[in-house]
Amino acid sequence: MSEGEGAHFYREGALDTSHKAILYLEGLNVSFDGFKAINDLNLYIDAGELRCIIGPNGAGKTTMMDIITGKTKPDSGKAFFGQTIDLLKLSEPEIANAGIGRKFQKPTVFESHSVAENLELAMKGDKRVWFSLRAKLDHEQKALIEETLETIGLTAQYHQQAGALSHGQKQWLEIGMLLVQKPYLLLVDEPVAGMTHQEMERTAELLKSLAGKHSVVVVEHDMEFVRSIANKVTVLHQGSVLAEGSMDEVQQNPRVVEVYLGV
Amino acid sequence: MFSQILKNDRGGQIMLVVLAAVLIVVPILNLAVAETSALHIPTYLVTLMGKYLTYALLAVAVDLVWGYLGILSLGHGAFFALGGYAMGMYLMRQIGDRGVYGNPELPDFMVFLNWKELPWFWQGFDQFWFALLMVLFVPGLLAFVFGWLAFRSRVTGVYLSIITQAMTYALMWAFLRNEMGFGGNNGLTDFKDILGFSLQADQTRVALFICSGLALALGYLLCRYVMNSKLGRITVAIRDAESRTRFVGYKVENYKVWIFTLSAILAGVAGALYVPQVGIINPSEFSPLNSIEIVIWVAVGGRATLYGAVLGAILVNYAKTVFTGLMPESWLFMLGALFVLVTLYLPQGLAGLWQPLKTKLGHKPEVAA
Amino acid sequence: MSASKLIQLGAFFLGCLLLLSSVQAETSPTWTQATALFKQASFDKTREAVDLLATSHEPQAQQLLQALLDGQLYQHKQTDALALLSDKDPLDLSTGQALGTVNKDDYRKVPINNTLRKYLRSKIGGLSLANPDPKVRLAATTGLLETITPEMLPQLQELASKESDQAVKDALQLGIHLASLSATDKPTQLAAIQALDGNLNPLVRNKLNPLSTNADPEIAKAAQASLRSIENKVSLNASIETLFFGLSLGSVLVLAAIGLAITFGVMGVINMAHGELIMLGAYTTYFIQKLLPNYLDYSLILAIPAAFMVSGLMGILIERTVIRHLYGRPLETLLATFGISLILQQLVRTLVSPQNVPVSNPSWMSGSLEINSVLSITYNRLYIIAFTLLVFAILSYLLRKTKLGLQVRAVSQNRAMARAMGVRSARVDALTFGLGSGIAGVAGVALSQLTNVGPNLGQSYIIDSFMVVVFGGVGNLWGTLVAGLSLGVINKFLEPWAGAVLAKILVLVFIILFIQKRPRGLFPQKGRAAGD
Repeated sequence: MSEGEGAHFYREGALDTSHKAILYLEGLNVSFDGFKAINDLNLYIDAGELRCIIGPNGAGKTTMMDIITGKTKPDSGKAFFGQTIDLLKLSEPEIANAGIGRKFQKPTVFESHSVAENLELAMKGDKRVWFSLRAKLDHEQKALIEETLETIGLTAQYHQQAGALSHGQKQWLEIGMLLVQKPYLLLVDEPVAGMTHQEMERTAELLKSLAGKHSVVVVEHDMEFVRSIANKVTVLHQGSVLAEGSMDEVQQNPRVVEVYLGV
Repeated sequence: MFSQILKNDRGGQIMLVVLAAVLIVVPILNLAVAETSALHIPTYLVTLMGKYLTYALLAVAVDLVWGYLGILSLGHGAFFALGGYAMGMYLMRQIGDRGVYGNPELPDFMVFLNWKELPWFWQGFDQFWFALLMVLFVPGLLAFVFGWLAFRSRVTGVYLSIITQAMTYALMWAFLRNEMGFGGNNGLTDFKDILGFSLQADQTRVALFICSGLALALGYLLCRYVMNSKLGRITVAIRDAESRTRFVGYKVENYKVWIFTLSAILAGVAGALYVPQVGIINPSEFSPLNSIEIVIWVAVGGRATLYGAVLGAILVNYAKTVFTGLMPESWLFMLGALFVLVTLYLPQGLAGLWQPLKTKLGHKPEVAA
Repeated sequence: MSASKLIQLGAFFLGCLLLLSSVQAETSPTWTQATALFKQASFDKTREAVDLLATSHEPQAQQLLQALLDGQLYQHKQTDALALLSDKDPLDLSTGQALGTVNKDDYRKVPINNTLRKYLRSKIGGLSLANPDPKVRLAATTGLLETITPEMLPQLQELASKESDQAVKDALQLGIHLASLSATDKPTQLAAIQALDGNLNPLVRNKLNPLSTNADPEIAKAAQASLRSIENKVSLNASIETLFFGLSLGSVLVLAAIGLAITFGVMGVINMAHGELIMLGAYTTYFIQKLLPNYLDYSLILAIPAAFMVSGLMGILIERTVIRHLYGRPLETLLATFGISLILQQLVRTLVSPQNVPVSNPSWMSGSLEINSVLSITYNRLYIIAFTLLVFAILSYLLRKTKLGLQVRAVSQNRAMARAMGVRSARVDALTFGLGSGIAGVAGVALSQLTNVGPNLGQSYIIDSFMVVVFGGVGNLWGTLVAGLSLGVINKFLEPWAGAVLAKILVLVFIILFIQKRPRGLFPQKGRAAGD
């Protein structure tokens, strides 16, 4: 089964971040029916970095994530995970198993499964068909689930059906699913949409704590939230990078001001 | 082991107990009770019930892919028919020289078509074990190849439904051709015996009935076992959020292919048990109408419950037998209305009616355990 | 005014003309002389009379000679008047008028023998060739072609030089070449072979075939070359015919599928009862023909709007009662509408008949357009193609240029947004579904002219229709058109070597494989919105 070998090849240790960067996007182009969603995009994310990406609607943020996770194939350009892994040659599950996790803009969890089962399904491990037929949770895995539930504050909802969670809880559950997946790189699309102020703070804390061990890329509209977590911000506009730097630098960039006020 | 598999499956427990009782009582009432007694069950009824049981297994197979995997297959009749043809070919070979033309090697229709020798794909079907293998292999292979092609290119939803329908439609036309070597329009019939036992004998009929029941029970337990495993949870995850499943690292197409293939094999087994009981297999089994009817059995019973599929298949087919007998005109009206009403007002099927009842009776729902 | 009316009118005038001239003929000396010759009742004299009449320009001459040949020429014992007596009305040949009741005993049959008969035949043929009516001349020439011999060459050449009608002239020319093929001198033969190169008349092939094995290698070679080029031309024409058959089958598919393309493509609704809406259209045609039995030529036209209304209203009824509750659940819609299809079928079986009903073809649908002697195109197929294109054009116009079209597209792209913009989406849904269903009804009118109209009519088209829509790409009317036509053509080109059933299977398998390769069909909708 090619699937099995693939999963094996990209497991632990295959990721090579010896040149500091964990993600390389170079000269990417994507167009839909003539509309250039991504236009000569160049972006580098360092290992252990927490990067925020902002930009007006249609700037290409979601499309960029689609390319990194294998959902969309670009018309041209390169996308590498570490030094060795060519993302453009891999399918979505292969990329996920290589160590890139994604949280969607609209929270998507497995609605008819319990909260714990959602974590079980997302958990890092052998994801082949025949293995899953006989798979049982061991102590370590059970402990990880409980630990994660505590982190995301859903311990009380252990057996609850995920579909019955509130919007904010689903956001948390999805973050939890990301955590048990143990990715090297987390792509987080609008994590605080629909959250209360308090929840937002907790999310900020969580994301900050993740940085260092993991690399985190956050796409967010909420400027205040971005300011609260980001060291480095990238501004996307019309499918390419408009500006990059600290939040203050970016906010004073005249082109950024023009784009945001002009829109 | 059974208790482990059937944990939290009250419907399945009840269904299997009833099935076991029927499998014990019916043969006794047929074989051991005198024909003059009021309690006697005539053989034709035993065979009819056996037929329903094969339909129930077929419905379980469809529920597996529709209810749990979210694939509405409008082509499962094809797998059923292929299993049936594989069994039919064995039964044809069993006729030997007792056919109208008395040819020991060739079935009658081949003699009629002036064929001189047995085509290569008929070789081996004189052996029961080989035929059984083919009952599993042929539908399984078709499902595997078809599924591999379709799921890999991510054909989903209605598109998939339509091409499964096209598949069975194409097969129907293919089997209608005399050149195919499966008896054309007339199909395979005039069977004499199976494993040396006459198909007309009451004992054989009862044995086939019991086999159908056992196949249903085993098929049910197998499906339940798979659905209780992590594999089952992934299957449901694919149904609910396919692309999310991909992003957590599951190769969705592989899961789909294996579940689809398993389902096709079960359908093939059902077909193989169906043919000796009804005594004929012809291309009409491939007709798209047949395949879509199976779906309504599942819908009536309630999908993603497995026992609902069994219930639905038996109820709808019982109704069909009764009404086509009493007022043949009305049956299609009723079947049509069933399609409309169930989708509109009973999306969970009869099993859905049972759920609130279950909670009312104090049965703890799974999630609160 | 129809062509047949014109012909009737023409015939009437011709009749008047003949009448006038026959009045003159009474005094004609030739006629008197011939009458006298017939009276002598000797074969020689009769032959003389025949010669006389054949070279005369007597209008009744041909009829008289024919009567003589058929043994129906009689002479009155007293008046010597010549008459045609047969099972039908007796005719005075000198005037061409009916005689009313006559006593056969007053007449004497003009006797005839075999030598005379043979002689008469050639004379009559000659006369027809000289007939003032070009149609008669053409028919006579065409009749002559089959039995042509080199001896006729001088006569043919003379006729050709005098002929004014182009069609007759061409036929005569063909006759000259055909006759020359059997000539004894090689240059004439070779020239004729050359001249007949590429001629599609089957007679040419018949005559060339023996020549291709002629002892003279030059003639054989020329004949072979000529035959080859003719065969090429024939197979080209056969391909054109197959293409045409394919296009007409494709048109039927497009017509059946295009309503589905709207309900499925634009609205995302799977309507399994679409075939039955087609069937209703076909039955509407049947009932309109029954209501207006005397206006067969026009009732079909009337059936088009009627079927549109019947199927369209039924569609709206289905949408309002069932589909409305199932938006966003395509698989459930599929099942519910399948149920409706069963009910509609059974309804027709119960209320009308389980058997097929007869639907007549109006006269203008029958007949065919002859392009050359191996290629003719039947009018009903031609009309179907034209009709399909017309329906397609109207539909594209409706969807592109009208307010309803704009609203339909808006709702299909973003229901919530369209609603926010003030589009009454429920009304748009109902109307769109009605439109798609109405088109199905119109397709039914067309199908009633091509296939049997029965309760199962729809069933046999539904899967093919879905194939067309899926193959073309959902949400794309052009895709449906291209897909339907190309599937029709592929099917018809496969048929000759694979047989109809295998061709059908191959097309289905092709589509199944094609969908694997391009899950969104020939013309997919692109962009992020097309994803999930």
